[in-house]
This record gives sequence, C-alpha cells and structure tokens, in this order.
Amino acid sequence: MPSLLNPSRPPVFCPGCAHERSLHALDKAFQQLKWEPHEVVVVSDIGCSGLFDVFFATHAFHGLHGRALTYAAGIKLARPHAKVVVVMGDGGVGIGGAHLLAACRRNLDLTLLILNNFNFGMTGGQYSCTTPQGARVASGFLNTLEPPLDVCRTAAAAGAPFVVRRSVYSADLSAKFAEALSYPGFAVVDVWGGCPGRFMKANPLSPKDLDVLVEKAGLWDGPVSGNERAEYGAEYARRLGAAAPLWDWKGIEPRVRANLCGRHGAVFLGAAGERVLSAGHLWAMTGVWAGLHVTQKNDYNITVMRGPSIAEVLLSSEPIDYPGIEEPDAVVVLARDGVERMGDVWRELSPRTLVIQSADVPVPEHGGRTVVVDFKKAAVGRKDRAVASLGILARLSGIFQIEDLIESAMSSLPPSQRDATAEVLRKGADVPLG
Amino acid sequence: MGLTFMDGNEAVVKAAVYAGCRFFAGYPITPATTILSGMLEALPPLGGVVIQGEDEIASIGYCLGASMAGLKAMTATSGPGISLFSENISFAVGSEIPLVIVNVMRQGPSTGAATRGADGDIQFMRWGHSGGLPVVVLAPTCAADCFTLTVHAFNLSERLRVPVFVASSKEIGMTRETVDLEAVEKPPVVDRKIHGEGPYLPFAAEPNGIPAFLPMGGPVPVRQTSSMHGPDGYITTNPAVMEAMVERLKGKVESSIDSFSFYEWDAQETASTLVVTYGVTARSARAAVSRLRAQGRPVSLLVLKTLWPVPEKVLRSAAESVRRLLVVEANLGQYVHEVSRVVCPKPTHFFGLMCGRMIRPEEIVREVIRAESS
Ligand code: SF4
Repeated sequence: MPSLLNPSRPPVFCPGCAHERSLHALDKAFQQLKWEPHEVVVVSDIGCSGLFDVFFATHAFHGLHGRALTYAAGIKLARPHAKVVVVMGDGGVGIGGAHLLAACRRNLDLTLLILNNFNFGMTGGQYSCTTPQGARVASGFLNTLEPPLDVCRTAAAAGAPFVVRRSVYSADLSAKFAEALSYPGFAVVDVWGGCPGRFMKANPLSPKDLDVLVEKAGLWDGPVSGNERAEYGAEYARRLGAAAPLWDWKGIEPRVRANLCGRHGAVFLGAAGERVLSAGHLWAMTGVWAGLHVTQKNDYNITVMRGPSIAEVLLSSEPIDYPGIEEPDAVVVLARDGVERMGDVWRELSPRTLVIQSADVPVPEHGGRTVVVDFKKAAVGRKDRAVASLGILARLSGIFQIEDLIESAMSSLPPSQRDATAEVLRKGADVPLG
Repeated sequence: MGLTFMDGNEAVVKAAVYAGCRFFAGYPITPATTILSGMLEALPPLGGVVIQGEDEIASIGYCLGASMAGLKAMTATSGPGISLFSENISFAVGSEIPLVIVNVMRQGPSTGAATRGADGDIQFMRWGHSGGLPVVVLAPTCAADCFTLTVHAFNLSERLRVPVFVASSKEIGMTRETVDLEAVEKPPVVDRKIHGEGPYLPFAAEPNGIPAFLPMGGPVPVRQTSSMHGPDGYITTNPAVMEAMVERLKGKVESSIDSFSFYEWDAQETASTLVVTYGVTARSARAAVSRLRAQGRPVSLLVLKTLWPVPEKVLRSAAESVRRLLVVEANLGQYVHEVSRVVCPKPTHFFGLMCGRMIRPEEIVREVIRAESS
C-alpha cells in the first residue's frame, strides 16, 4: 500500500520533534491495514499536534481546542463505516477533559492518539495537565504545585476498553497504532515524546530518559480487563428504525359544544402533587374538543414535588393574539402555595372574576366573587381537588356541560384513569357550594 | 378544520423532522429540554441519531461533525447554553457548516430565571461569536411560526451553509396552544448543493457564492478547518485570500436577505406611529393595535420574523409613511438600536421589560399614546 501522507504538504515540525515520529508510525499503520485515503477521517484540534490532519491526504477535520472527540463522534455516528482517528495533544486532554471521559464511557469506535509532550509547545512551553512537577516550563512555579494527570489510568477508570502507553521511540509504536486503529471500540494511545522546540530546552529528554519515564508510569498494552464491551455505534444501530415519517396534519374535529363568546381565562392555583397541571390540561382539551382556540401555560417549581403548581388556561371563540390572562374570569384556589405565587394579581380582581375557593385555603383580600367549596366535607381528597374543581367551574361558568368534560377525559386520558376521573368530575359538579 | 394542541417546542420538533433533520444533540436545559426529548422520540424510529451531550460544547460539536458528514443537524438550548456554544458557532460560521440552533430564551443574565421568558439574547445571537461575521436569526411569535420558521431555518442553513438560529422563548416554547396544522405554511424542503464532476476544492465559490458540498467520510477526501483557509481548505495567511474569504462569508448571507425577510406588516394608512416588535411580544402588540384602532387611533404594526441580517428594506418601507416608531421588546433595548440606525433620523421610541412576564397589551397601548403626545 502507498503512503497516506499528503504529497503536497510535507511535515514541518521542529527538527527532532516527537510528533514527526508519530506521524510516520501512523502512516505505517495505515499502510499495514491497507486503508485508503478516502476511508480515513483524521480529526485534530489546536497545537502542534493539530498539524496532523494537513499532513495526511485523507479526510481532514481540524477544529477547536479539546473538542476533536466531539466532532469525531458526530462524524462516526453519521457515517459508521468511516475510520475516524482523533489526534490531540496533552493540551487537548486538559481543556477537553469532559469529552475524553464521555468518549471512554461511551465506547464509540474511534481511535484517539494523544501526542503527550508535557507542555503547550505552540504557545511557548506553558505547563499542561501532564507536565511533571519537577519540570521547568514557561508557567513559573505553577506546575510544581499540581501533580500530572495519568491519562491511561484516567481513561481506564472512565471505562476505555483499550489503552496503550508507549514512548515515541518504542519499536512497536506503529504496530500498537495498528492494533488501536483496528480495535472495534474506543481505543486510546498515550504517546510520550519530546518537544525540542520548547520543553526540552530546559528539560533534556533522551530516548532512554523517556523509556525510564514510561516504565515508571506504567506500560499499557491494549485491552483493559473489565472494560471491554459492546461498541456504542453498533448498539445504537440496533435501536434505529428505518421508517419514513408519517404526516398527519389533521387536528381534532370538534365534537362537543362550548357556550362561549369571546375569551375565558382560568387560573388554577394549587400545589405540587395535586394534579393541577393535568386538570388544567383536561380543561384545555375540552376546549379543543369544542373547537375553541386554547392556550395553556404552566408554572411550577424546578423541585417538581414541592411548591406551587399553577395552570393558566385561556379559552376563546376567536383566534388568540396575546396569550396571557390580563384579568382572569376564574381563579380556582386549591392550595396555599399557589395563592402566594399569584402575588399582586389579587388586589386587581373585580367582581368579573369568579373565585372558587377551597374552604381551608385562606386568600388575600380581593374584589372577586367568591364561592367557597368544602372539599373535605364533600369527601374529595387533595389529589382530586383540581379535577373536581373542573366540574364546579363547568357548572358555574356554563361553558361546558359536565358530560362534555367527561367525554373529553375519556378521549384524552389513558384508560386506567378514565373512570376515576369521570367520577371525580361528577362529584365536583354536585358539590354543595357555600 | 381541526386544531392540534401543541407547544412551540413540539412544533420545532415536527418541523425539524419535516425539513429532513436526522441528527440532534443537546444537553437538558429549561425551557429547551422538551426539544431534546421530542427529538429522541421522533428521530431514532426514522433512522436518525439523537445524542445527549456531556455538555453544550460537546452537543454542538457532535452536530458539526454530523453535519459535515452530510446529515442535517440541529441543537437546542437556552442562554447559558448559547454562551457555551460560542466557539463552535464561530467555527460553523467560518467553515460554512450548516446547523440549526434553537434558542428557547429565558430571562437572564446568566442562569437567570429558568422558567421565565425574555428576549435577552437578540444581540448575543448575532454577535456572540469571534470574528463578527453574520449568522441568520429567525424569530417565531407562536407555535405555528415555530413550525414554519424552523423549516426555513433548515433551508437557509443548507442553502447558505451558515448557522441559523430559531429565536424562540419560554413563552412560546412551553405554552401550549391550538394550531391549525393543515393551514400552517410548509415551505418546500431545500438541500445543500452537492459538488458534481471534477476536482474538489471544498471552499471554492464565486464572490457572495456558496461552496458545493461533499461529505466527510465520503468517496472524495474533504478538508475542513476552523482556521482561516483558502478555497482548498488549507490554512492561509495570505491577506488577499483571507479578504476574499471573509468578504464572501459576509456577502453570501447579507446579499440574499431579500429572499428571506420574513415579517408581517399591518399598515394603517393614516397612522403616524409604527410599532416594531418580534417574538411573543408581537402578540401583545397585535392586541394593543386592535384596541388602539377600536378607540379610533390609527396605528401600524411591523412584526419582524427575520431579525438578522437586519431586513433594512422592510424596515425602511414600513417606516416611510409614519412620523415615529415605537420598538417594543422583551429586554432592556437591543434591536431598537438596529431600527433607529436604519430609519434615522426618524424618532424611535422604546419600551421594554425583562422582568419575567410578558409585556401586556395595555402597556403597549399606553406607550403608543405616550409617544404620540411627546
Ligand atoms: S514546538 Fe515542540 S511540539 Fe511543536 S513542532 Fe516544535 S518540537 Fe514539535
């Protein structure tokens, strides 16, 4: 097989740069595997290692610092047959740490070569996440305060199934590259080498020194026991269908009648766990079944099981422009949490607004028309209050017949909830009002 | 006519599938999360891929890779996520990677109020990436717009090879409303132009033109780079090549604005004031305008649905016959600077709120009256 190096762009690394050895070792591995230029995508990021994509005549994708693994994953998921090789430096590992961990956990079939030269060569030799504490670099004393990251142990701990560490002078470097490239899963190769342009100026690093360092850090040879498992892309593919989209633009044909001309805004003030939003939805859906224009906004705390739960439902015989409720036609008071959230609006209520108030929930002074409901006496539990209030609201507003509400519940709720909901709606419609 | 009850985020999902989107990556964030869950329900059965990224940076990175590999891609987030997208947005701009970004805006700054709406990212979407070259921003006012404009967003990002934002907000994305889907405008789907015969230069195009596409991983090796490059995709520092490149990146988007200036102009002949607005605030403005007219006060309304590039022609012609403009927006004054620049020296008044609730029609009525008596 011919070389996959780019004849029009010969390598331009500093003389003696470890990256050049890695470049040729990778090319040799490609040749050994008989890969063609168009089958391979080299993804790189920033720094001297980021020159790699230019020196190959393959597909080349050069992106932002530390993000190479994310682009590579997108390419691989979109084109599962592409052979995607990611080249990063130790700088990319540091800035893109979250992506490295995610790639190790995910086990998508990518090969990651980390050209680890213990510093940021391109910007002047600052310390990176792998700089030894004893090294002299362009970051003053800072590197002496932080121990270097062991990339291999980190990758293995995060679930990488194939991890290799080698000195760039190692005789089996290209053989190890080939193993990593053909491994069906996420394969990481941590290649240690020198940067004569920067790091080695103050930190001499002979091939022998590197061997000693790598040995001390530990040679990693490939498969990581306990981490080998099914490849992500293959597993994902098993969950993919091949259907064509089905388009149904038809909506809900009106099948009940509403007694409404103009707008009717209802606000349901409750607490988490009282099915306030579902009740709001049922009220809204009954409007939809009646051919009305409807909007629904919900408000609840991010802690979904605690705090206020508020639904605002606007019904209208005309298309709705402003989707807010300026002056509610009905306020349904179910729990104290919701009452507090409504804040200043209480002061603005006029007799236009019907306030359906649970007997056990105090409300601020207001100018609305109040109807008090004793849910306890009517044997309506906390969880059913909101739904029961729809029966009362239908009865007092006259917008829907109770049978229409029940029919809407029957059409929009899962079968298991239908009968119980119908019963609660009826109970609500029959509750004695104070 | 039957109506469908859906929120803006559901409409975005439907439109994305319709437009041919087959890759989505996102990170959960209120109020955009339901786009992620909706896409996860919609795409895999159709053979499309959905990824929950380890963060927003990764999510947009996955999309850029998938888009360059030939899939139509989308991501969705809110202000804090757009902040993290920034470096990759500039990558997509400079390297002509088609991408749709849905920004379901929430009240800010910073993490702000997650469950409250605002339009605080209007300048940020345009300028919040290095280099300052143009992107496209479309602003829906309702769920039906979310459908139509998301399809347009895909079409434009494919046609122009540029990131396109759908500037939704919590008030649109998470408010359910009845939509007549049969009547909703469904633009024909546009795909990116594919390179035909001959040697392939990945960034070769006429001035203001758009390079033909070949996918990463396809039969012809393709070069892509976030660094400044010439037509061949190799890094360059040649000022003439760089000038031609950045001028083209700007010109290709701005020169075709007339073909995608979306707006609603409700002009009243005798009106002396033109209300200019966008987003959910447009709906308050429509209500305000009908109330003012009912009181016998003529007023005109321009609702912009293309915000960037600024549809200057539309603004100028709508402003022509009025004496003053009132720009209303759900922030403390962002787009008003564009409007006043375009219609200068006509006086431009401003009203805005960013306090976690929608601007009310009565407030706009009041501001129009105030502007007219000032
Ligand atoms: S600066 Fe260091 S890493 Fe970069 S090319 Fe020179 S020797 Fe290699």
